[in-house]
Amino acid sequence: MTPLLRFLARRLALLVLMLLGLVVITFLVSNVAPSDPAALAAGPDATRDMVETVRHEYGLDQPLPQQFLRYVSDLAQLKLGRAIQTGDDVSDDLARYFPATAELVLLSTLFAVLVGVPLGMLAALRRNSWFDHAIRILAVSGVALPAFWAALLLQLLFSVILGWLPTSGQLSVATAPPPVVTGMVLFDALWAGDVPTFREALSYAVLPAFVLALPSIAAIVRVNRAEMIEVLGADYVTAARAHGVGTARVIGWLALKNAMLPTLAMIGLRLGWTLGSSFLVETVFDWPGIGLYAVSSALASDFKPVMGVTLCIGACFMLCNLVIDLAYGWLDPRTRSA
Amino acid sequence: MSGVAVRRLRFAVWTFSGSASGLLGLGLVAAFLLLAAFGWLVVPYPADATGAMHLAQRLQPPSAAHWFGTDEMGDDILSRVLLGTRTSLWVGLVITGVASLIGVPLGIAAGYLGGGVRAVIMRVTDVFLAVPALVLALAIVAALGPGVLHAVVALSLVWWPGYVRLIEAKALTLRGEPYVEAARTMGAGHGWILLRHILPNCVSPLIVKASMDMGLAILAVASLGFIGLGAKPPAPEWGAMVSVARSYMPDWWWYSFFPGLFIFLTVLGFSLFGDGLRDLLDPRSARG
Repeated sequence: MTPLLRFLARRLALLVLMLLGLVVITFLVSNVAPSDPAALAAGPDATRDMVETVRHEYGLDQPLPQQFLRYVSDLAQLKLGRAIQTGDDVSDDLARYFPATAELVLLSTLFAVLVGVPLGMLAALRRNSWFDHAIRILAVSGVALPAFWAALLLQLLFSVILGWLPTSGQLSVATAPPPVVTGMVLFDALWAGDVPTFREALSYAVLPAFVLALPSIAAIVRVNRAEMIEVLGADYVTAARAHGVGTARVIGWLALKNAMLPTLAMIGLRLGWTLGSSFLVETVFDWPGIGLYAVSSALASDFKPVMGVTLCIGACFMLCNLVIDLAYGWLDPRTRSA
Repeated sequence: MSGVAVRRLRFAVWTFSGSASGLLGLGLVAAFLLLAAFGWLVVPYPADATGAMHLAQRLQPPSAAHWFGTDEMGDDILSRVLLGTRTSLWVGLVITGVASLIGVPLGIAAGYLGGGVRAVIMRVTDVFLAVPALVLALAIVAALGPGVLHAVVALSLVWWPGYVRLIEAKALTLRGEPYVEAARTMGAGHGWILLRHILPNCVSPLIVKASMDMGLAILAVASLGFIGLGAKPPAPEWGAMVSVARSYMPDWWWYSFFPGLFIFLTVLGFSLFGDGLRDLLDPRSARG
């Protein structure tokens, strides 16, 4: 086996192990929590008889190891249980709501890169200037800002006071959604060549995606600034300068390229975290994604959807990390042994 | 105090006062702690924090009598926000405290003992780190039922892996240090090495992380409060206040503005303070 293949195989094996760990955690949360799992599964309005029926039907009267095996085999068949609120299978609900969340997360990652990379670069080039200090304070603020509060304030400014953007939702009720290809409205509208719908969907998505991007912008600025400073001080940059390579070329070609590797890792890491914190933004903007689905289910004591969303986000997060690891191993052979 | 200690202290003060952002953080944290300790002495209407009702004066804009306005019960928002520091202080302390009580021993065991123990501990830690903490906390609160205590329990249960990572890395490098090896060759036992050499050297990074985590834990509890799974009104918790206030947007904007502002300033304070502490305690990793 080539080293690259061996690296790939080891990463995949690790992923399987991690997924198993995730399944154990969700199993423990749903079955070992002091509350009665049968009562949770039966829902808030169930009578005692119904709870007992559910207990027997779900095998909750059997010993824990057997319950765990059953849980794993259910998961392997994508049986996540039924959501009381929607009346549908949780896996169907997830498939329906996931694209909206994916759209939001991808758009916010795009914002984070477009804003974060240039700001970090400029801060590094103007190190210790007032601009650098301002960026540093902005970066800390981006992490400290409560997403839900920032969302409310930006809603107030852009939707109510200025009236530039719609308040909430994914598309106006009057607009027919584009034919479903991926489920992501923005992408589907583009695919269908429907420019007016695309623009409308964009006007709905801009604000939530931007709020979601704030902590990522902060993180990307920090990493990119630090890496740029390090690379700009490296011997090969000094050598290139001494050979008369122009400043623009040194910054754009040598420095940025080498600083992008850790920045890319941060972008991937943030992708997962954005997915994890999107439920706050989705709640404020009534964005029909899995985050809003989890929150409304949790408020209605509807337990299965919450676990479904947890599994889904956990698995996505692990996949993101795997892709980053692989990309890193491919771009930088030194990391393959790790 | 001996001359050395005084000189060290003066050096610390000098380093810290050189960083404007660190000082800003210190000021915000100090104000937060003072309000939590003595806030009940200075707030204009202490009874409003626990849900008094003055329906005649509900939803009034900020004025001389009510600097931050009043809420839908006619309660003074300034009083509620200022007394909300107490809730935030205890949730922050409990979550970071429990997280470090779980994380530090595990991290030391993994880093110092190594081998199979390390493999098991780090794999479990990795699994926990591979699920966004807030999502896992949401799931646990959904299982336990809403409430600020349950939110704190859930967040404590998901917050420790970061401490394992931090302390494990530190203990792993310390284990190979020449002075630790010297102590070992001179016949020092594990207990002695841990207490004299490993633990004291873990204190600085631990303090820095705990300071930053205080803010983030407060933010996490407020987030759970905002979606309705944390503290329940009339308890004066900032996230829950914004949650109720949300339905009074945009006409009664002050209701959600001030509690949110206090969350922001508190989290900002602890982050900047932690940053400043890192420059002070761990100069080698200081950036810029």
